Amino acid sequence: MSTLEVSPVEPLSGQSGHSVVNDFSIQVATVNGSGSQTANTVLMRAIFQMGIPVSGKNMFPSNIAGLPTWFTLRASKHGYIGRRKEIDFLVAMNPETAREDVMKLDSGAAVVYDEPLKLSDLRSDLHFYPVPFDKLVAPVCPEAKLRKLVRNMIYDGVVARLLDVEMEEVHKALVKQFGKRKAKAAELNWGAAQAGFEYASKTFTKSDPYRVERMNATAGKIIIDGNSACALGAMFAGVTVVTWYPITPSSSLVESLIGYMKRFRHDPETGKATYAIVQAEDELASIGMAIGAGWAGARSMTATAGPGISLMSEFIGLGYYAEVPAVIFDVERVGPSTGLPTRTQQGDLLSTALLSHGDTKHPMFFPCSPEECFSMAIDAFNFAEQFQTPVFIMTDLDLGMNNWMADPFQYPETPIKRGKVLTAEDLDKLGGFQRYKDLDGDGVGYRTLPGTSHPKAAYFTRGSGHNEKAQYTEREDDYINNMDRLAHKFEVMRQYVPAPVVDLNPRASIGLIAFGTSDYAVRESCDQLKDEYDVEASYLRLKAYPFTEQMLDFIRRHDRVYVVEQNRDAQLLGLMRLELDPELIAKLRSVRYYGGLPLDARTVTDEVVRQEGK
Amino acid sequence: MSTGTTMAPPPPKKVNRIGLEVLSYKGSKTTLCAGCGHNAISERIVECFYELGIEPYSVAKFSGIGCSSKSPAYFLGLAHGFNAVHGRMPAIATGAILANRHLMGLGVTGDGDTASIGLGQFMHLVRRNMPMIYIIEDNGVYGLTKGQFSATADVGSKLKTGTPNDLPPFDCCALALKWGATFVARSFSGDKKQLQAILKTAIAHQGLSVIDVVSPCVTFNDHEGSTKSYSYMKEHDSVLHELNFIPSYEDITVEIPEGEVRDVEMHDGSHLRIRKLHRDYDPTDRLSALGVLEEAEKKGEVLTGVLYVNTSKPTFLELLKLADEPLATLPESRVRPPQIVLDEVMEELR
Repeated sequence: MSTLEVSPVEPLSGQSGHSVVNDFSIQVATVNGSGSQTANTVLMRAIFQMGIPVSGKNMFPSNIAGLPTWFTLRASKHGYIGRRKEIDFLVAMNPETAREDVMKLDSGAAVVYDEPLKLSDLRSDLHFYPVPFDKLVAPVCPEAKLRKLVRNMIYDGVVARLLDVEMEEVHKALVKQFGKRKAKAAELNWGAAQAGFEYASKTFTKSDPYRVERMNATAGKIIIDGNSACALGAMFAGVTVVTWYPITPSSSLVESLIGYMKRFRHDPETGKATYAIVQAEDELASIGMAIGAGWAGARSMTATAGPGISLMSEFIGLGYYAEVPAVIFDVERVGPSTGLPTRTQQGDLLSTALLSHGDTKHPMFFPCSPEECFSMAIDAFNFAEQFQTPVFIMTDLDLGMNNWMADPFQYPETPIKRGKVLTAEDLDKLGGFQRYKDLDGDGVGYRTLPGTSHPKAAYFTRGSGHNEKAQYTEREDDYINNMDRLAHKFEVMRQYVPAPVVDLNPRASIGLIAFGTSDYAVRESCDQLKDEYDVEASYLRLKAYPFTEQMLDFIRRHDRVYVVEQNRDAQLLGLMRLELDPELIAKLRSVRYYGGLPLDARTVTDEVVRQEGK
Repeated sequence: MSTGTTMAPPPPKKVNRIGLEVLSYKGSKTTLCAGCGHNAISERIVECFYELGIEPYSVAKFSGIGCSSKSPAYFLGLAHGFNAVHGRMPAIATGAILANRHLMGLGVTGDGDTASIGLGQFMHLVRRNMPMIYIIEDNGVYGLTKGQFSATADVGSKLKTGTPNDLPPFDCCALALKWGATFVARSFSGDKKQLQAILKTAIAHQGLSVIDVVSPCVTFNDHEGSTKSYSYMKEHDSVLHELNFIPSYEDITVEIPEGEVRDVEMHDGSHLRIRKLHRDYDPTDRLSALGVLEEAEKKGEVLTGVLYVNTSKPTFLELLKLADEPLATLPESRVRPPQIVLDEVMEELR
């Protein structure tokens, strides 16, 4: 990589006076399995390294190779990192979708395309930049079989030239992407990027208005996907038993965790692991193992997606009723059934809240960012042990699998909290204990771990009816007392779940409620409502279920409250209906999107405006 | 001459080598039917753990759902127990043992639990050679739901209603043998001595022990025409060899029985002493184990004894290179990496 020769370049000639700086979106249309992900990540990183807020969304098929894939990159000087519907700059590499992709563009957009596709005749209101990719790749990649993978890096060079992305940053991003071990691959790709850059310099007169300009808005920030952030959170939470079954889009969460644990959780002297990670035979086994481990005192977790959640239903009921801690990461994808495995949705909310037969309810945390994936993972392990129950961290494919800008994670300030666990010494003092007796008024009993060397330590754990002493019972009063205590425990949780983020606008008569990745669209939508329609809105972002008093207060303060969510059936609104007073329910309106792409602000704005009658 | 006011001191209580009475190994009163084979198995468990002086607190009991799975409440009351969901006891047990490798896992399940709904989890437990004892209380019938066939019922065996079974049975021992269990035995709940020797060897074994115990259901499957009845077993039990277990703390040289004898040494230095009966049999040879099972099936016999012992195959815990201490109670300093690690990772992501 010693061939870096990048000198400052003049903008391409022909640029019109009108320009759009750091506020546009790029879409790259490729075929999956063609190495485009590397080219896309490098482009995103290069813009990020120039200090410009950027987000990347990968829309990929449930397939290994050969189907269409789109990557959308948004640069926003305002810091909006939600998906933007409108595409300003298209890179059309996929013959199958190129025509449709071009026809969808708004007038004035720019198109870089593979020359043989002959797209420029399709429309006269776009800026076309044809590139002969095959001709350019041959000289920079002598080995024919690698050309398919290197070819895409050429568009990084072309786009860099057309948008004023600094090649030095492209180079840095490439080196980072490939690491030291793949220096040869990096070299090859760098050659391709340069070829694209030089071709564009020689050939094109820039006619579109889009370009980037260095800012200082990303200093100190990191780029990470939500799944890796959850994995890091779990590691710093002190997870000890991880059991899982591969399923998109959660697999990379555990794979990332395996990578980190191998590096940081082995005894430096003996090489032995302070954790166990087991790929189970199915989701029934993975949740069963997590519950068995939680029962025996481990900090245990599993990660899954909707179909796995459905399969885990029976064991989750056991975890709830027998009161066993475990943390379940649900990286949501589009259901029902197999659904759209590689598209995003918030579709598991209702089924997870009430997962399993009988009266059950479960706490759920809703991270919206990598920072929260990290911190909430740590919180969730403490919470699961504090309340001795399964806890769900509800993320989604958008958060989990896409790369996000984030602030560096904060090291946990408080020590690990293991909850109410009695040791042999405690039992000596107490003379005994009753597993399910509510001594402290919080609905949470004391437990002992198997293996505790004391004649009073043992109790029998079961999913069948049990009394305070954990003995089998079918008595009406025992059953009701136990179920009422569990309900009380759930009430107590309201004081301990992460509190919502409330942005009260004193002039607003309407409010918006959202959670998770809807946050980006909703925040941008609040600005759109104000700037474009003169509608003032307050905003509450939920961070957890059960709901807290802050949410009720928020609804009381507003005339109408729009509940924004990414599913068809207004699942969050449905959960709110289950427990809110009728006068509060009457204020609720629903804004839903369920097409499987990350939610965009325009969709929210349009629907609020429509319902407001503006 | 005595006034009779001073009573003779009570005889010293009988205790085992760690000073515990047999009472410390008992559980609550059984609620299973009188004469149920499962009760006999519970009694053998109490005796074996007592006689070997195993600390009851070190045991964790696991079960699924069914009559057999109720029984862990009836033995080792001083050990923690977990009555899981139907067929999924292996997952609970696996998780618990991963969390605390010092636990001695004792799973009790039935043929419905293991061979039908739980067949997948059973096979994966076997495949992992998870160190625990897995007892299948096998009566060929669903008791708690009042007498439907299970997947271990023999072809031609009849329900109480006279309905014959026409699907072939799973042989849980053959499955365990083929796919990785390292101690495989079959016994009969009515054969006290054999079951004791097998259980004790399983306690000493460091790996997965699968013990299939034919345990007649007196209420739903003990009639004429059943192949899992007491009378059928008395007629068809083909005992492979005579077994004796000699714990590590006892002198191995005493009481060598007459006849051809072979000792198998277990991990803890104890020995399984095998005396030949009618045939030569090498329980360390997996192929011949599968062969004798096939042969017995053809002859309509129920072969009982230790079918297979392998003391060299690594357990799942060894493959995972787990820390020696229980993961569950590792201190924070060992499970939460320091700030410097987070700084390093953040730097990589910038």
